[in-house]
Amino acid sequence: MLCEKCHQNEAAVHFTEVINGKKKEMHLCESCASELQPEGFSFMPQINFHNFLGGLMGHNVGPGSFTKTATKDLSCEVCGLSEKEFARRGLLGCGECYESFKHTLDSLVKRIHGTNEHNGKLPERSSDRVKLIKEIESLRNQLRQAVEAEEFERAAQLRDSIRDVEKRLEQEG
Amino acid sequence: MALKDTVSRAYSNWMAGSGPENDIVISSRIRVARNMSHFAFPHMLSLEKAEEVIHALTLALENKDLKFSSGHLEVSRMSELSPVERQILVEKHLISPDLLKGHEKKAIALRDDEVLSIMVNEEDHLRVQSLLPGLQLESAWDQVNRLDDELEKTLDYAFSERLGYLSACPTNVGTGLRASVMVHLPGLVHTDQIKGVLNTVSKIGLTVRGLYGEGTEAAGNLFQISNQVTLGHSENEIIQNIVSVTKQLQEREKTARKALYNERRSQLEDRIGRSYGILKYARILSTDEAMKRFSDLRLGIDLNIITDTKPELVTELMVLTRPAFLVSKAGSDMTVFERDVKRAELVRNKLKVK
Ligand SMILES: [Zn+2]
Ligand SMILES: [Zn+2]
Repeated sequence: MLCEKCHQNEAAVHFTEVINGKKKEMHLCESCASELQPEGFSFMPQINFHNFLGGLMGHNVGPGSFTKTATKDLSCEVCGLSEKEFARRGLLGCGECYESFKHTLDSLVKRIHGTNEHNGKLPERSSDRVKLIKEIESLRNQLRQAVEAEEFERAAQLRDSIRDVEKRLEQEG
Repeated sequence: MALKDTVSRAYSNWMAGSGPENDIVISSRIRVARNMSHFAFPHMLSLEKAEEVIHALTLALENKDLKFSSGHLEVSRMSELSPVERQILVEKHLISPDLLKGHEKKAIALRDDEVLSIMVNEEDHLRVQSLLPGLQLESAWDQVNRLDDELEKTLDYAFSERLGYLSACPTNVGTGLRASVMVHLPGLVHTDQIKGVLNTVSKIGLTVRGLYGEGTEAAGNLFQISNQVTLGHSENEIIQNIVSVTKQLQEREKTARKALYNERRSQLEDRIGRSYGILKYARILSTDEAMKRFSDLRLGIDLNIITDTKPELVTELMVLTRPAFLVSKAGSDMTVFERDVKRAELVRNKLKVK
């Protein structure tokens, strides 16, 4: 069997990787194999989402409208990456790209994560205002759950807490 | 230089046999992706700009408060290492294979104990990570979180109020957190339950992957479980989800081991004994066979069937017998056959009865 990568040497190394029950096989010669450490054993989830993302993007925009945006040549003003290039590589060029490509990224992020709202850690340096807004969001979520679970006493407490935080937010201006 | 020590030995602290629940969970890893605003993401950076990123991190790591809370992390450029040494860092699970591509832009900051490290200019500017033995995702997160807090005092992170920490790939945006455990599940494999169990796990928002292997069987019966989604949940929620799933897996695995021990005792002891014998006396060992035998040996130790070998030695052997390590021990131009001979020799020496 010939190596799948260079198609020149005899394949000497055979990798099988199973991701979520799907089997992926690779037959490589020694020199290609040494370049390509199978991702699995590195103990780091690095599934190649990039091609997958490109596919999603294509779907997302649809072939017709995609050519339209491409001819408009939408690029990030900060790093210069074009939307087409992002669809091809699956990697953004800089933090600003999230704003530059907001119209496609918003739905893409939602499809990947099921949401568009960060609920995790905030940088210590982020403004008090942001922290308060996030706190209100989290309290509102808890309130919804409390109401659904018919824990009305807790719901009342949560409602008070929300009012308190909202007041603090107003004072922040 | 500390990094030269790191690449000269296979043993790393994450292999310690004393971690909690260590008989099933081999290790726990937390990793967060962080980027600096004012810089394009690594794949867009020139060599000079990439160097500026490394420099900025180096300065941040010299901060007194940071050193006080997280200790000293030494920055090394990947270009200072030989290709074999770089590969060894991958085999020790300290860096990802991605850090080898375009290595002239990349660096690693590593604490001496190899528990805490930062990959620099991989897919993101920083991948801060902690790797501990056993089931210790919470302490791993604690270490990463503290280091991240200190870094953020001097570095300007790319952060959005709505989307959280911004990453090069949208699959990492939000918390940027990837939590994972490496689990050894020979009981579930040998009782043919593994497929169903892993299917269930993959349906609840977690990724399961076998590490090498034939068919649905992972070589060495080692599996990695990690979160799929990084946005929308808090770090704590993500971690607790994996912890609770891991604990359930652990219970299932224990039950399976008990069943094997009670109902197929002779077959079990026979397989373990044969594997131990082969590891001790074989003259030619392929990677695949070695991994399979290591798994049996490890199970034998966990079940007290084998009492004269320590579990951490088995984990160390798994790393020590990987290709780059063998090359570093025996010189480069080895054929596969010579490698298999060398592997058998190394294993024999390590398992020698004293
Ligand atoms: Zn090849
Ligand atoms: Zn950009």
